[in-house]
Amino acid sequence: MKKSVFLGALTVAGLAAGVAAAGTLDDVKARGKLNCGVTTGLVGFAAPDANGHWEGFDVGVCRAVAAAVLGDKDAVEFVPTTGKTRFTALASGEIDMLARNTTWTFSRDVDLKFDFIGVNYYDGQGFMAPKALGVSSAKELDGATVCIQTGTTTELNLADFFRSNNISYEPVPIETNAEGQQQFLAGACDVYTTDASGLAATRATFENPGDYVVLPEIISKEPLGPLVRHGDNEWGDVVRWSLNALVAAEELGITSANIAELSAGTNNPEINRILGTEGTLGEMLGLDVDWAKRAIMAGGNYGELFEKNIGESTPIGLARGLNAQWTEGGLLYAPPFR
Amino acid sequence: MSDVFFVRTEMLQQQAPPSTSVGIVGWMRENLFSGWLNSILTVVSALFIFFVAGGFLSWAVSPTWGATSLTECREILAGHEGACWGVIRDRWVQLLFGFYPSELYWRPILTFVLLAVALAPVLFAEKVPAKLVYFTAAFPFLMPWLLWGGSIWGPLAAAAGFVIGYFVYGAVVKAAGSLAGLIVGVAAALIWWLFLAPVVVDLLSGTVSIGLEAVESRKFGGMMLSITIGIVAIACSLPIGIVLALGRQSDLMILKSLCVGFIEFIRGVPLITLLFVASTLLNIFMPPGTNFDIIMRVIIMATLFASAYMAEVIRGGLAALPKGQYEGADSLGLNYWQAQRLIIMPQALKISIPGIVSTFIGLFKDTTLVSVIGLLDPLGLSNAIRADTDWNGVVWELYGFIALLFFIFCFSMSRYSMYLERKLRTDHQ
Repeated sequence: MKKSVFLGALTVAGLAAGVAAAGTLDDVKARGKLNCGVTTGLVGFAAPDANGHWEGFDVGVCRAVAAAVLGDKDAVEFVPTTGKTRFTALASGEIDMLARNTTWTFSRDVDLKFDFIGVNYYDGQGFMAPKALGVSSAKELDGATVCIQTGTTTELNLADFFRSNNISYEPVPIETNAEGQQQFLAGACDVYTTDASGLAATRATFENPGDYVVLPEIISKEPLGPLVRHGDNEWGDVVRWSLNALVAAEELGITSANIAELSAGTNNPEINRILGTEGTLGEMLGLDVDWAKRAIMAGGNYGELFEKNIGESTPIGLARGLNAQWTEGGLLYAPPFR
Repeated sequence: MSDVFFVRTEMLQQQAPPSTSVGIVGWMRENLFSGWLNSILTVVSALFIFFVAGGFLSWAVSPTWGATSLTECREILAGHEGACWGVIRDRWVQLLFGFYPSELYWRPILTFVLLAVALAPVLFAEKVPAKLVYFTAAFPFLMPWLLWGGSIWGPLAAAAGFVIGYFVYGAVVKAAGSLAGLIVGVAAALIWWLFLAPVVVDLLSGTVSIGLEAVESRKFGGMMLSITIGIVAIACSLPIGIVLALGRQSDLMILKSLCVGFIEFIRGVPLITLLFVASTLLNIFMPPGTNFDIIMRVIIMATLFASAYMAEVIRGGLAALPKGQYEGADSLGLNYWQAQRLIIMPQALKISIPGIVSTFIGLFKDTTLVSVIGLLDPLGLSNAIRADTDWNGVVWELYGFIALLFFIFCFSMSRYSMYLERKLRTDHQ
């Protein structure tokens, strides 16, 4: 009883904070800086370089929004958050948006009162094994020892997968990803399982990455996306359509290289609407006509961001897979700009 | 007497001791090989040290200082085991200063140099001029101004509060006694800080703006963050701890229960919980738009935590004093505060030195816990550095470097406490 009263008070306080902070767009404009929550460091997604300049795939989304709203891709205050502090930081208004490889789930969207504004990376749990083990599919892993982070959804997914395929395994519990790398390399387990992007990043750090394979099975859905507070739909729209603009730009062939040329006007009315030479989309969002142009110029379109930070030309070397455009067999599908 | 054949009539010259009991051989015989068990232990230990040191050195002595990524390190090492020191060359500045603007590094450096000057009258009282203590008094206001920047009028106004409180106290004491003086003095200072100071600061900043470029708390990181939190919490926790310890021994019911309640509550809660309260709950409870600095919140929590422990350490010192010391102070006609200042505290604190310094060292190391609430202290930064594709996979070099930094600080504190104990030892000599 006491606890529920306390939680209720918390919720009310949280709501009051949410309501009073309505008008995030105006706040950000007045402040001249976007407060963007990122991880304290995840390979390829967000990390500071030696000069303290943040880079990465999630960081690219923050910069695109800052460029769209404020006209300056560097007008971002990156607030490092941990898995424990990220949601309160967003709910309390310390940050305006959270772009921190956060899985879109029902309870986070509904119960925690956040709005996921889209998906910027479709992830899923996968397996990595040494080539010497000679397996080509996770279904051949009967009797294998598996390194697994305890207390995570990956643990439950793993149990489900092995049970539904009617094969057995022996778990080797580990605490952190760094520990997992060491254990796996030392041969304490046959297979290492975590999110596929994490597996790729881990494999890239090995001395001989070629000796290890990531198996083709993906056994869970992890749609990662940026989120904002519930109840401030104007701001949610700005962030949602900034992300959509990046995705649509790739589909329509707008790149940071040809954007100047295209913004002179083209025969494609949708490109013209995105780049502001036709229609009043920017005005509807409460921004100027060039908002999407600036968002795309900040780090390139979705495909360019992907290639630069986590794509096949980087050491992480992720294939587009599910994250390809819908026209190429992926799941990326930006609603029409109309 | 005829059976005495020989009596030596002159003294023999002193002879050098046998070569097996002097010099290096003698020392080894005495200390390393004094029996068969010790000999075996010596040999085993020597082998152990040889293998550990050999393994460590062959790893640590590695020509990778210039490498710009882990891959390049591996190319240089070409298959040999070895450390990848390039990460330290690339990031040591970041591990020391975090994201502090590089053109302003002189400010934290100057702050810590001045800190040494300000500490000198406290730590080495007999070796420096006594006048230096005025600088020590001014330093708490100088330090935040140098680190965070901004207008100079803020710290000056904060200092003015103490001056005002002191003068009001002085004026009222003569008229209405010391308790009334204390209350009115504190009230006057509070009124100044809460209501008058903001107005005056605004006014002065508008007319005469003297100040340094402001640096946000988010830019703090690395060792500088640890030292800032550690130093402030250490400096504040000792006086608060003394007051709490005295309060716990007091005869005044309410005061005593308050102190006991505070100490037991804080000691019953893990520091990490307090840090979470500071970083997340306070945000929700406070009215929207309030911007209560995150580092300030952490410093307050760390200070409260350390002062509760400090209070118990000092209470141990107080309990160790014979009752005769208290009675002696009373018989001299000293009042409570005089007795504490002149007789009780000097002895109690001296007894408590090892415990106090242990608490300080523990507090300093506890500052690394702030990485769980997203502040980038050296440990948090090591994670962020590993998230760079260049350095992903580097573990031991980073942790080793951070351990070395902490060792330097903690070991100096420990040595200083031993020096202090020797200096203050007055009995059993």
